[in-house]
Order: sequence, then structure tokens, then C-alpha cells
Amino acid sequence: MAATSRSASDELLHRIREAHKRRTMTWWERIYLPAIAQGLWVTSTHFWRNLFLHLAHRLGLFRDTPAAVTIQYPDEHRQTSPRLRTRHRLMQREDGTPRCVGCMLCETVCPAKCIYIVPAEHPDPDIEKYAKSFDLDLGKCVYCGYCVEVCPEDAIRMDTQRHDIAALSRDGMWLDIIELLHPGSKPPTAPPRKFIQLELEEFRALKQKLGPANEPSSQRSPSGPDAG
Amino acid sequence: MLIDVIIKLVLAGVVLFTVLNLAGIQTWMERKQSALMQDRVGANRAYFTLPWRWAAPINFLLRKLGGLGLLHPLADIIKLLTKEDFTPSTGNRFLHWLAPWLSVFFALVVFAAIPFGDHLELFGRTIPLQVAQLDAGLLYVLALASIGIYGVILAGMASGTNYSVLGGLRAASQMLAYEIALGVSLVGIILWYGTLDLQQIIRAQGGCFWGWIPAWGVFVQPLGCIIFMTAALAETKRIPFDLPEGEPEIIGYFVEYSGMKFGLFFLTDFVETILVAALTTVLFFGGWQIPWLAPNAFGPNLMALLGVLSFTIKVSCFLWLFMMIRWTLPRFRYDQLMRLGWKGLFPVSLANIGVTGLLRILVR
Repeated sequence: MAATSRSASDELLHRIREAHKRRTMTWWERIYLPAIAQGLWVTSTHFWRNLFLHLAHRLGLFRDTPAAVTIQYPDEHRQTSPRLRTRHRLMQREDGTPRCVGCMLCETVCPAKCIYIVPAEHPDPDIEKYAKSFDLDLGKCVYCGYCVEVCPEDAIRMDTQRHDIAALSRDGMWLDIIELLHPGSKPPTAPPRKFIQLELEEFRALKQKLGPANEPSSQRSPSGPDAG
Repeated sequence: MLIDVIIKLVLAGVVLFTVLNLAGIQTWMERKQSALMQDRVGANRAYFTLPWRWAAPINFLLRKLGGLGLLHPLADIIKLLTKEDFTPSTGNRFLHWLAPWLSVFFALVVFAAIPFGDHLELFGRTIPLQVAQLDAGLLYVLALASIGIYGVILAGMASGTNYSVLGGLRAASQMLAYEIALGVSLVGIILWYGTLDLQQIIRAQGGCFWGWIPAWGVFVQPLGCIIFMTAALAETKRIPFDLPEGEPEIIGYFVEYSGMKFGLFFLTDFVETILVAALTTVLFFGGWQIPWLAPNAFGPNLMALLGVLSFTIKVSCFLWLFMMIRWTLPRFRYDQLMRLGWKGLFPVSLANIGVTGLLRILVR
């Protein structure tokens, strides 16, 4: 009974199976050689082009045309969007003291509770307080960006373009106030300086020593040796 | 007599040195060429420096070499030699040890019959640039190259695990299928030149057809050349035909090998690739013959050295081509592999013999 008439679902199944059947190859396709020649043509054009470009780069020619699409990571960094939330930094006033007024909003809003602030009185009556100590535990941070959103003084930003955060211990992920004000000043192997408290004079001295740091260090793209 | 032995030993040393170094360079080629084909930069990190002040120029050179990736083979060797040499408890310790040596030994020993130049005339002596002058050189090459399969099958069997046995079996059936096409495809060449002596075959390929096409075997036996190259590539067990190995997923006969014993299998692959390149050059591309150059344009010694250069260049070109093929094509499915071997190459190579025989009668 089933053999005489096909139901609609059977018909559909049959058509799907027919559609999935492979097209029979022509003789020309079955001897493989034209397809192999085609493939070799594609790969060898890439090979000779890149070989020429690598050699030309050695001679200082065609520097603008890259010979490879890859980024040589430790030497070159990919430019990410400025909106990307990367490692934090604290903004400075002109004299090198932190712009932070110690309002504790970021510490309060932080869902991971990774910010630790010790505020202190500021001698200037127009400024409420300043952060004597500002620590951030990157091992806990979830990069939500709430601290940046909530800050009334635009004192904390997440635009350093640093995402190569790695450490051998949890303590190595600790950012103290000096590292936050001057990103990159602490060598990665140095032990963390937890909860260090600085006076205003010391911030000014730090600026003399380490230089102004309000520009995000995102433009750090040391042109590595041209790897040929 | 003693002098003859010394000359042979020197020749053998030169060939062995060249082939093994070429195999090392091929690991570099493999990394760099694949990188260039895929728009990458490739290996460029491994280098070391010497701690002394006077070594500054050496260090400069080492950094440059490291930037080119040329020190990676060294790093490979150090890694392979310092890894644990492991034999599974289910395996046969002696055979497990023997297999890689068999593999690499028979691949290397074949080079004795490859003529890489004409002959030098030194101190009143004629030194043919070929380690072993065999009248049946081609048979020797084919025979020893086939024995190399034993290493592969032994490796699979002696490991005592199912995956490696399966890999060894795949290797055995693939080698059998392609060994036949390989042998039969060369009958055309033997018919045409009427000799099994590789040096004679090369000599017969001197000169030009109609004054401008070099009289190479490939123009006499184009089909034979294609079949030989395909079958020989299958013998090397490299990518379009790497079913016995299949490192990423179907893991083959050397699953249970580590350290330098694995390194020897790896070396065998590279040595075999060089062997295939050398054989293709000898049989189909005129060996050490230099096209469009009169055979006595310079003195015999200079001509011989130029011939060696010509041979090396041709072999390098083929190594490049085989590397391109290896990094361009995907792997065959097992049934496709068998169909290509038994239903494709084998009948076509038989037909090639018939056509060649007819032509041979008609032309000469």
C-alpha cells in the first residue's frame, strides 16, 4: 500500500535527498590535474608576491605594502577601538596630583569590589579631598566600566589600550596609585606595592620623575624588527 | 686499491652530508614556504647568543639567522634529543627500536646509486660522481626504496596498540598500490633508453630535439613523468597522501614514538622527498645535463662541477614544487586514494608502456 502512493512528507524527503546528491564530476575534473594546477597557481602567486615583498622590505622598498597579514604580537600591537574597555588609569591634574576627589563612588559601585581608596584632606578649599591611596585589583576586576561611568570628575578612564595583563601570582595583578597614574612605570616583575599612601608633594615629585602621563599610552606600537 | 676505497668513502660522505643537511634545511623551507603561501611571516624567534664580549659579531650573525628562522632546526634537534624515549609496555622493545632505523637507513642508502655529476679527472684518475656505479641502478633504487616500507609496518606492529597497527596497515596498502604504479611508470623510460644504468640514462638525455627543446625524458615520457611524480609523492607519505601519518586526527603508525625515534621518521619523510626530487631529475629532467650548453664547452672538471650545480638547482626546484603541492592540496579520502592508485595510475601506466613500445619501434 505504501509502495503505490507517496505521502507528502515522503515526497519532501525524497526531494531533499535528491538535492543532496553529489553532482557527477566530468572527466576533466576527475583527473584532478587542472584543479591541482589551479590551486598551485593561487598559492604560488601568494608565495612569489610575499617573497618579493619581504626581500624588498629588506632593501627598504615598498615599506607601505605589508608582506603578511599577521600582526607580530609582542613587537606590534593591534590598534583597538578607543571605546574598548582596557586597563584603567587615573587622570592627573596639571601639577601631577590625581584628579580624583576621593568621593568613593567608584569603590561603592564596583560590582567586583576591586577598588580600594584612602581619601585625604586637600589643602585647596576648592577641592574637596584627594586620593592618598588608590588601589585596583585586576585579578578581581570584571571590566564592566561602571567606575568610569560613575566618576563625577572624569578621574578614572579605561583607555590605556593595555590588555596584555599577565602575572605569575595574584599579587602581580595589583595596581597601585603610581602605576595607575603612570601606566607602565612599574616593571611587570617588580613586587606589588599594596596600599601605598602618597602626599601631594610626592605626586608632584613623581610627575617630575616620570613625566606627564595624561595622554593614553595607546600609541605604544614599537615598530619591531621587520621579521623576514 | 686503498685510494679507491678512500675516494668512495669521500664521495659517500659528501652525499650523506648534503642529503642530511638538505633535510634539515627542508624543515626550514617547510616553515617559511608555508608561511609565505599563507601570508604569514613564519618561524623567526629561535636564536641564542654567546655571553662573551668578543662574540659580538657572532651574536649579530646569530640574531640575523634567528630572524630568518634558520636556527629552528637546531632547536628541533635539541627538543627531540632531550625528550623521553618511550616504549609502550605492550610493544616489542627491539622491533620498536629497529623500525625507525630501518626506515631512515633504506631511504639514505638509495642515494648511493644517484649520479649527481659526470666525472672528475684528477691526478690521472677518472672519478665518476656517483657512489656506486651499478649497471642495474634503477632496480637497486626501486628495490631499496620499497624495503623502507618495512620500517613503517614494523613501527605499527611493534608499538602494540591498535591505532598504530591501523596506521601501519594503511601505510602498507597505500605503499603497495603506489609502488606498482611507480615501477610500471618507469618501464617506459627503460624501454626508451634501453638501459637500467642511471648514468647511461642521463647521458642519453644530452643535446636537444630540433635544436631547442632539451632532450629530457619528460618530453619523451610526459605521462610517465606525471605518474611517476604522483606515485612517488604517495611513497613519501606527505600531505595529499599522508593517510599513514595523519598527525592531526587519524594518527598513524608512529603514535607511540617520541623523541629522536619520532625524529627519525620525520627525517625519513624529508630524505624521501629529496630522493623523489633527485630521481625525477635523473630520469625525466636530464640529471646533471646543462641544457643549451655544448658538452665540451669547458674543461671536463669545470663541466662536471657545473653539472653538479645544474643537478642541485633542478633538485631544489623539485623540492620547492613538492612543498607547494604539500601545502596546497588537501588529503585524499581513503577510497579516493585507492581508486586513484588502482583504477587510475596503474592502467594508465600500463597503456603508457604499450604506446612507448610502439613509438620505440616506429621512431628508431
